[in-house]
Amino acid sequence: MRRSGARRAAGARNDAPRAVVGSGPAGRFLFGASVVLLCVWVLVPIYLLLVNALSSPQEVTGFPKRFVPSFDFGSIRFFASFAGVAQALWNSIAVAALTMVMSLGLGAPAGYALSRFEFPGKEWFRMIVVMTRAFPLPLLALPLAIFFIRTGLDDTALGLAVVHTVLAIPFATLITFSLFSGVPLELEEAAWTLGCTRWQAFRKVVLPLVLPGIAASAVFAFIVSWNEVFAAAVLTVQNRTLPAFLVQSLNVSPLHLKFAGGAALVVPALVFIFAVRRYLFAMWGIASR
Amino acid sequence: MRAKALPYLLVLPATLFLLVFFVYPALQIGVLAVSGPEGLTLRHLQTMAGHWKFGPALRWTLLLAAVVVPVQLALALGMASIVDRLKAGRDTVLYVFAIPLGLSDLAAGIIWLAIFEQSGFLNSVLLHLGVIERPVLFLGYQNVWVIFLAVVLAEVWRATAIVMVILVSGMGLIPKEYDEAGQVFGASAWQRFTRITLPLLRPSLQSALILRTLNAFEVFAVVIALGGTTLPVLMGETYQWQFMLRDRNVAAAYALVILGISVASTLFYLRALRVPRGATL
Repeated sequence: MRRSGARRAAGARNDAPRAVVGSGPAGRFLFGASVVLLCVWVLVPIYLLLVNALSSPQEVTGFPKRFVPSFDFGSIRFFASFAGVAQALWNSIAVAALTMVMSLGLGAPAGYALSRFEFPGKEWFRMIVVMTRAFPLPLLALPLAIFFIRTGLDDTALGLAVVHTVLAIPFATLITFSLFSGVPLELEEAAWTLGCTRWQAFRKVVLPLVLPGIAASAVFAFIVSWNEVFAAAVLTVQNRTLPAFLVQSLNVSPLHLKFAGGAALVVPALVFIFAVRRYLFAMWGIASR
Repeated sequence: MRAKALPYLLVLPATLFLLVFFVYPALQIGVLAVSGPEGLTLRHLQTMAGHWKFGPALRWTLLLAAVVVPVQLALALGMASIVDRLKAGRDTVLYVFAIPLGLSDLAAGIIWLAIFEQSGFLNSVLLHLGVIERPVLFLGYQNVWVIFLAVVLAEVWRATAIVMVILVSGMGLIPKEYDEAGQVFGASAWQRFTRITLPLLRPSLQSALILRTLNAFEVFAVVIALGGTTLPVLMGETYQWQFMLRDRNVAAAYALVILGISVASTLFYLRALRVPRGATL
């Protein structure tokens, strides 16, 4: 990413004749208009949901709609005090946190091994990781439901977090692999020659360099779990996560509950995505190759 | 000796975890679908295939993927090209385009419900424009095609971002010199796009298409949010059989069907967009 930016900057400096986007003012206008139009297409639906969430229940079911929120917190209060919502929110956070810890705890060492060592069997491991991407992973919830009942993990945060970890491990592994690959081996070797053990060199030299990226992939694992619906709906009955709660009560809940619930799903995700925006592309670029 | 064991020690936890919680249950799906108390049986598959909702669910799922994926690909190519040419404000535009990436399909369904429901924003706009006099029930059971359209819009809105991100990072890998060479030889912008960018983008196109088609077969919460059970899809039926009808064998049979079309489409893309050996960047 960074390298291509540098290349672009270099290209701008030697003022070779470059075709400007489009050819004339008409082309430039068309280009600008499409940028604006696409931004509107992405942002307006989110805005409309927030308008609904920030209106009173009467306004949500009223017609015609106003296009600005009245900042009446009736819907949100109703949602927050609705039976099961607080519990569902808490479960969502617990499952996502467990997923975050497990996927990085298992994935990061594997990522480090992939980036630093050549060893027989490496390809096998990569194969399993790649295979997870050609498989509809939420379906794993079906056989695992039986397995969990036998082991007492059914309807627990840990059980669901296990399924979400399967979803997040490939990302965690591939992202940490590229993070560690970005740290030159020479840095570690220098630390070794100065008397560090392998572990010390890792902790004092490599870890500080990759920590921001690790944090970003942790947030990423959190979002994966936060957003997952199918496995959550299949595997939890009493301890439902927020998406499971919403999907199971969709056909019985009033509109304002749906919209406030939708906003409760969207807003944290928006915050998280904003927090990791610098890593978004590096991560998806790597993880999907 | 220890140095030799280290990589294995590091990879072992993740490997064990994936073997126990991915490989084993994946095989278990197949076992569940064809076994009963009497041993090997096709009963569950027959129950599934004989149910009146199976045919529509399969058809709607395939149709949905067939409509959504090409639209997303075209839109994402457009967005990626725009971002690639942008100079000022590139990061901001990129961030805005990428926002839906972080949203769940359930959230997307609820967002588009706000637009399409009877007292929703689409009806309000139409009323203000004087097109209608009273709100229309768009998402009723007699309007299954409108529900389909709403699902398409919601899916395109939400999941185009991931395709775009993959394509943008793919375009970042293509050396600018290739494009400049095309300019020198007088190729138009369109020619450069179809003859230079697209062929070099093949690996990214491949992974984006595989990812998106698989996700399209897994469509679930958007459909529930917008149409309830009016528009049956495979994943929704799987959920119904597992959770409501408590028949996990038939649910596994459905899972097997989803798995089958996923594998078939992956193999198709791997073949159709094969990157010739030694032709990678």
